[in-house]
Amino acid sequence: MTSALRIARALFVSQYALMLEFRAEILLWALSGLMPLLMFSLWSGAPAGAAAGISPQAFARYFLAAFVVRQFTVVWVVYAFEEDNLLGRLSPLLLQPLPLVWRYAAAHLAEQATRLPFVVGMVALFFWAVPEAAWIPSPTRLLLALLAAHLGFWLSFLLQHAITMLCFWSERASALERFLFMPYLFLSGLLAPLDLYPEAVRRFALLTPFPSMLYLPAQLASGGAIDAVAGFRTVAVWLAVLIPLNLVLWRAGVRRYAAMGG
Amino acid sequence: MVRISTIRRHGRSIARFWSSSLAAEMEYQLNLLIEVAATLITLAGSLFTLSLFFGHGQKLGGWSWEAALVVLGIYTLLNGFSSTLLRPNLGNLVKQVQSGSLDFVLLKPMDSQIWLSLRTLSPWGLPEMLLGLALVVVGTIRSGARPDAPALLTGALMLLAGIAILYSLWFVLAATSIWFVKIWNATEVLRSLLAAGQFPVSAYPATLRVVFSTILPVAFLTTVPAEAILGLATGGSVVASLVLAGFSLLGSRALWRFALRHYTSASS
Repeated sequence: MTSALRIARALFVSQYALMLEFRAEILLWALSGLMPLLMFSLWSGAPAGAAAGISPQAFARYFLAAFVVRQFTVVWVVYAFEEDNLLGRLSPLLLQPLPLVWRYAAAHLAEQATRLPFVVGMVALFFWAVPEAAWIPSPTRLLLALLAAHLGFWLSFLLQHAITMLCFWSERASALERFLFMPYLFLSGLLAPLDLYPEAVRRFALLTPFPSMLYLPAQLASGGAIDAVAGFRTVAVWLAVLIPLNLVLWRAGVRRYAAMGG
Repeated sequence: MVRISTIRRHGRSIARFWSSSLAAEMEYQLNLLIEVAATLITLAGSLFTLSLFFGHGQKLGGWSWEAALVVLGIYTLLNGFSSTLLRPNLGNLVKQVQSGSLDFVLLKPMDSQIWLSLRTLSPWGLPEMLLGLALVVVGTIRSGARPDAPALLTGALMLLAGIAILYSLWFVLAATSIWFVKIWNATEVLRSLLAAGQFPVSAYPATLRVVFSTILPVAFLTTVPAEAILGLATGGSVVASLVLAGFSLLGSRALWRFALRHYTSASS
């Protein structure tokens, strides 16, 4: 147990040091996630929002929460893995006595830590610009939101990791990532709270894993109405599907692995 | 002065470039299927998102649903244009600075900005351009606007001006890679900010409207062309768009010349 902790610590610390080198790049990536704030500016002035009974203040809190959650659930494992595979860096990594997935997971968590100061700054800026939206969530909600956001990260990580495993069969598996991003964009609640969706679409969306990555934690943090039990149940079901799926794909893929050019 | 023969020579070269890149891309026919599927899903999702703003018979920033479709159509058209020409070419520019092969481009008997901007053509954005155009037509007809020849001409002119501005934004960003080698992430920022153009600019709060007509001229990319087609454009915005387009092109040219003076090739 202690040795596992030691490995985890070493992985995280080394990846964090690596990420700090790229902090300017990470800042640019973080800036490219401004979509929720853009949607806030649209929805807070849209008559349709008022007609649905959602106040500008509620929109502000929801989309700010969505912005923060998005920052900590961004996943890029398929690109990192594909590049390592194509450049032949995979072989030495596979020789290490540590399943490869932990290295990539640590890199993601380290990147999230690098984003933290930027996110804090953006939240402060937002509250300065829209002071009436400032709020502090209740401790229960905050804890649940943090848990939901972290589980949401693992859900999107596992979902993309499943596609990543196709790198063992194809050189361009990352092209398939768009087919994950598109449903994410329209079903996660990034563009509008799911409460505004027509009932049938909303119910369909809630069956998919995508709202768990954004809508659930954002709604928990912003104080909106949400069936948290049902939300966490969906997360559990999808985790139960994705973890074995990833294990099966990983084992089949490694057995097939013959290094680039081989 | 630019001589006619120079223009003819450039035109002939570009035609060759494009036919050879088309031939190369046609090797990947499965890609076409993937691109068409992705474009259709994205468009369906954007239409759905847009429709949420028009629930309960509401309007968005004074625009009707049908008129807003024209804006979304032009956005889709420009997005397809970016994937066809801007992204592949200007992505290459960044790579060439990184690898040092820009030197060879500069030695060619062709204008380097034109070579870098038009060298390849990726056909995978074409389905998106066609769908965008279809959406513009559908939105215009259903909104009840019957654009006459001058309105259509102004619309086309505004669209060209929008393309010029969009090109300049991309080119300026890519050209700064002469100084900041790893600039490609910045294009992701640009892309995400340009997504604001899916909606009529009047739907945004006043401060953002100012930003979108000055620093980041999203308004001139989609809203003004849509207004022109629908016959709603004011003379002021038409002139402003043309002036801005002219300045952007000249600006991109000036920046490129300035950048080349600072270019010291890779590893030196």
